[in-house]
Amino acid sequence: MSFFKKLKESIATKTEAVTNIFKEGLTKTRTAFVEKVEELILRRKKIDEQFYEELEEILIGADVGVNTVMQLIDELRAEVKKRKIEDAADLQPILSEKLIGLMKGDDHSALRMASSGITVILFVGVNGVGKTTTIGKLAHKFKSEGKSVLLAAGDTFRAGAIEQLEVWGQRVGVDVIKQQSGSDPAAVMFDAVQAAKQRGVDVLLCDTAGRLQNKTNLMEELNKIFRVIQRELPDAPHEVLLVLDATTGQNALSQAKLFGEKSGVTGLVLTKLDGTAKGGIVIAIRNELNLPVKLVGLGEKMGDLQQFDSEQFVHALFAGLIQREEEEAQAGQ
Amino acid sequence: MAAFESLSNRLQNVFSKLRGKGKVTEDDLNEAMREVRLALLEADVNFKVVKDFIAKVKEKALGLDVSKSFTPGMVVIDIVNKELTELMGGTQSKLAKANKPPTVIMMAGLQGAGKTTTSGKLAKLLQKGNHKPLLVACDIYRPAAIKQLQVLGEQINAPVFALGDQTSPVEIARQSLQFAKDNNNDYVIIDTAGRLHIDEALMEELKNIHQIVKPDEVLLVVDAMTGQDAVNVAQSFHEQLVLTGVVLTKLDGDTRGGAALSVKAVTGCPIKFAAMGEKIDSLEPFHPERMASRILGMGDMLSLIEKAQAGIDADQAKEMERKMRTAEFTFDDFLEQMAQVRKLGPLDQIMDMLPGMNKMKGVKDMKIDEKQIGRVEAIVRSMTKDEKQKPELLNHSRRKRVAAGSGTTIVEVNRLIKQFDDMKKMMKQFSSMMGPKGPKGGKKGLKGMLGKNMKFPF
Repeated sequence: MSFFKKLKESIATKTEAVTNIFKEGLTKTRTAFVEKVEELILRRKKIDEQFYEELEEILIGADVGVNTVMQLIDELRAEVKKRKIEDAADLQPILSEKLIGLMKGDDHSALRMASSGITVILFVGVNGVGKTTTIGKLAHKFKSEGKSVLLAAGDTFRAGAIEQLEVWGQRVGVDVIKQQSGSDPAAVMFDAVQAAKQRGVDVLLCDTAGRLQNKTNLMEELNKIFRVIQRELPDAPHEVLLVLDATTGQNALSQAKLFGEKSGVTGLVLTKLDGTAKGGIVIAIRNELNLPVKLVGLGEKMGDLQQFDSEQFVHALFAGLIQREEEEAQAGQ
Repeated sequence: MAAFESLSNRLQNVFSKLRGKGKVTEDDLNEAMREVRLALLEADVNFKVVKDFIAKVKEKALGLDVSKSFTPGMVVIDIVNKELTELMGGTQSKLAKANKPPTVIMMAGLQGAGKTTTSGKLAKLLQKGNHKPLLVACDIYRPAAIKQLQVLGEQINAPVFALGDQTSPVEIARQSLQFAKDNNNDYVIIDTAGRLHIDEALMEELKNIHQIVKPDEVLLVVDAMTGQDAVNVAQSFHEQLVLTGVVLTKLDGDTRGGAALSVKAVTGCPIKFAAMGEKIDSLEPFHPERMASRILGMGDMLSLIEKAQAGIDADQAKEMERKMRTAEFTFDDFLEQMAQVRKLGPLDQIMDMLPGMNKMKGVKDMKIDEKQIGRVEAIVRSMTKDEKQKPELLNHSRRKRVAAGSGTTIVEVNRLIKQFDDMKKMMKQFSSMMGPKGPKGGKKGLKGMLGKNMKFPF
C-alpha cells in the first residue's frame, strides 16, 4: 500500500469537519509550497544542478530555513546517486516522504492535562504573535468540552491587554483574574492559581506580556512567573506553549531556543497559518530543536484553533497529490 | 541559532585559498557569492530579492582586481555592504507634510505587526517636534484595540478620536478629519485594524478609508522578524493602497531583519522609521547603512560609535587613557568610567551592537545584570575619599564597614577589590607592552591575559 493511501485511510477515520478546517486553512500553504514542487518536477524532467537550485528556492521561500534545506538537499542528492535516479518524477515520492518525516516526528500533539485537579497552561511569546487571541480561542474550546476555565491576565505591560483578555472572557463566558495594569505579573499568577484552587476549575490559562527573547530582564521575569506557578502547584504548569507567528522567519528558531531555556517550553502554537504564510519554520524548529507543534490557528473564527495533527497537516498539504494517485489507481483498475 | 559564522569570516576562508593566485576567477567569485547568498537567506531576505542582488554584486566584483588587496574578502564585503545600503535607499526619514493641515497619516499592516503601538510612538515623535497629533482609533475588530490606543494617548497626553466599535471605520476616519480641524491638530494618525493581505473584505475597507481621508502618508508597519512572506505582504498592500513609506518594528530583537530589504525591493518605498524598544519614545529614524551591516551579521558599529561620541567626554577619555597607561587608576576613576559606559545605554544593548560579540563563546551566556552594576557602584561609593585613592588602605575592618554601608556582604567587597587589583595589574602589563617598542607579539600576550585575569567587575 502506498504511503498516501495509508494516510488517506487514517484520515478517513477522523471527522470531516476537522479535515475541512485544515484543508481550508492551509490552502495558501498548499499552493505556495507543494504545488510549486509539483510544478517544478513536471517542468524539469531531469535532475540537474538547476533542479536542485530551484527546489532549494522553493523550500527557502517557505521559511524552512537554510540549514534544514541544505541538509534535505544533501540527503536527496545522496539518495539520487544511490538509487541512480534520473527522472525528476521518481524523486517525488522520496521528497514527499522526507518532508513528511521532517514534519511528523513523534506524535504527541495532545495537550498534557493534569491527571486530577487543575491543569495550568502558560502562554509565552514575542510581541504581537497572538497569545491573547489564542487563549480566548482555547478557552472557548475547553468550555465547549464542558470544562470550567479561568483566565489569568498576566500581560500587565501592554496598554489594553487586560481589557482584551476581558473581552474574550465575556465572549466565551469565563472569569478573568486580573490586577491593575503595571502590576507584577507573578503576583497575578499567584492570585490566579489561588483562585483556581478555590473554585476548583479544570483549566487555568495564563497570559503573559509579549517580550523579545533577547531582553534578559524580561526573560527573567518569565522565569519568575514560572517559578511562582510551580511553587503553588507542584505539577504546574502542565504546558508552556510558545506562540509563534507563522509569518516569522529564521528568528523563530532563536525564539524557540531562548524561550525554551527560560520558561521550559513544552510545545508550540502556530498562529496565522491561514495567511499566505507557509509556516515552514516549523520544520526547521522540529529539525533543530525537536519541539512538537500542539495547536495551529487556521482562521479568525473561534473554532479555528485546532489541535495540530501531523497527518491532517500533511494530508491537507498534499491533497492534490493524493487525489491524483487515487485517480491513477482507479484508471489502473 | 544555527552556528553561523560571520560573513566576513566565511569570505576570508574562501579567499584565503586564493593567496598567490594572480587573479580571482569567476569560479572563486561564485564561491564567495554563495556565502553572501547564504548570509542573506539566513537573514530572511526574500530569495528572489537575493537572486537579483547577487547578480548585481557579482557584476561589480568581477571588474575589480580583488586579489591585489591584502584582504580580498573585505573588498567583497565592502561592495556587498555598499550595494545593500544603496538598495535600502537614502536616509530620508521625513514625513510628508500637507500644504493645508492636517497632515493625514494612515497606518496599515498585518495583525501583530505593531500598528497601534507605533501610532502612539509616532505621535510622541511628532509632539517632540512641537506638533499636535490626533490619534484615530479605526481598529474596531480586535478586542480592546481602541482602549489600547486610548491608554497610549493618555500616556503621552495626545487626544484620541474614537467612536466605539459599532461605527464603521470609514465613518470614524471621516469624522476624525473634521475633529482635527476643529481642534487645531496638525497631524492625524489613523490606526487601522490588522489584516491578512489576502482578506479581501478588510482590504476593501482600507481602500475606502484611503479614499475618504486622502492620506499624505500611508505607512506599512512591518515586523522585522517577518520571513520570506514579507515580499507578498508588502506587494499586496502596495497594490491596494500605494504606500508612501515603511515602519520597521521590533528591531530591538535579535533578528537580522532581512525583511527590510525585501520590503524595500518590492515596494520601492523608503523605510522611514524603526522601532527599537518597548518605551513610547523608541521610534527612531531608519539608517540604511546600519541595517546593511546588521543583515550581513556585522554588528551595528556605527550606532555604537555615534552613541559613544554623544555620551563620552573627549577630554575625560584622554585623561582616563593616560591614567590607564600609567596605572594610576583609582576607584574614583573606576566609578567615572562606569558612569561613562552607562551613558551609552543598557549594557546588553551595547554588547549587541559589537560585531562578533553575539557569536563569541561565553559572551552569550554572560548575563549582564544592571543591578549588579548598581551594587558595585554602591560599594565604591561607600568608601571614603582616601580609600578610593589608595585602595591598599582597605583593611578588614574598613571592608566590613564598606559592606555594611553598601548593603552588600564582605565577600562581595573582597571580590571587587581583587578584581580591581587584577585590572590594574593588567593595565600595567598592557601599557608596557604597548610601549615604545610597539605591540610586538602583543596580540598573543593580550589574549592570554584576557583569558586569565580579565573579568568584568560586574
